Amino acid sequence: MRLRLTAQVRDAIRAHGARGYPHEVCGALLGRDAESEGVGALREVTAVVPLENRRDDSPRNRFSVTPEDVLRAERAARDQRLELVGWYHTHPDHPARPSEFDREHAWPWYSYVILGVAASEPGEMTSWRLADDRSGYAAESIEEA
Amino acid sequence: MAVKVMIPTPLRAYAEKRDHVEVAAKTVGEALNSLIARHGELRRHLYQEDGRLRSFVNVYLNDEDIRYLQKEATPVKDGDTVSLVPSIAGGISTRLRWES
Repeated sequence: MRLRLTAQVRDAIRAHGARGYPHEVCGALLGRDAESEGVGALREVTAVVPLENRRDDSPRNRFSVTPEDVLRAERAARDQRLELVGWYHTHPDHPARPSEFDREHAWPWYSYVILGVAASEPGEMTSWRLADDRSGYAAESIEEA
Repeated sequence: MAVKVMIPTPLRAYAEKRDHVEVAAKTVGEALNSLIARHGELRRHLYQEDGRLRSFVNVYLNDEDIRYLQKEATPVKDGDTVSLVPSIAGGISTRLRWES
């Protein structure tokens, strides 16, 4: 599985992560899914919808997106003739690896991009997909468009 | 009554890649049942074994969460849109574990 991010998308995610530090930030990834399936399948992200982190209780280490935000992201995708292909979020001062909480709350199929942000500097960006049986994540390679 | 049921991207693989289906229904529950009658594989993704909707799945009638209406008994009318909306959440787990 491969995920292609345009320079504009990568810059938008990094800028959002730096702006939100030390809190986690999140947003929607809009683009087009691969037409074929399998290891070489390429999914492309061409736009993002930055969202407000609605967690008032622990915004430094949690994010949640309201159903209204999900509907808004779906509509934004349809308006641009794109698909909602995944989500991004940041791990402030933590590695860009999915947490157990991430796994429990993830959906198969979506691409989950995680950006590590250390002392307000955006760092490593990774992408993950949950297995259909929810047993674990597979890393998705990120390609720069 | 013709009602549109919107299918979110992660579930389209179980619905012949459709983004929506049009069904005839008088309630939200009937609309969901018609969807599942057409695309049986969706059942396990939408419902728990006891027949209740999964907690990670929200159902909206137009712009309202059916939990705050009459749930699956909520009446629908011609032209309404029923949306299946995945719950999205995540984050670093270790610190919260320590706090809780």
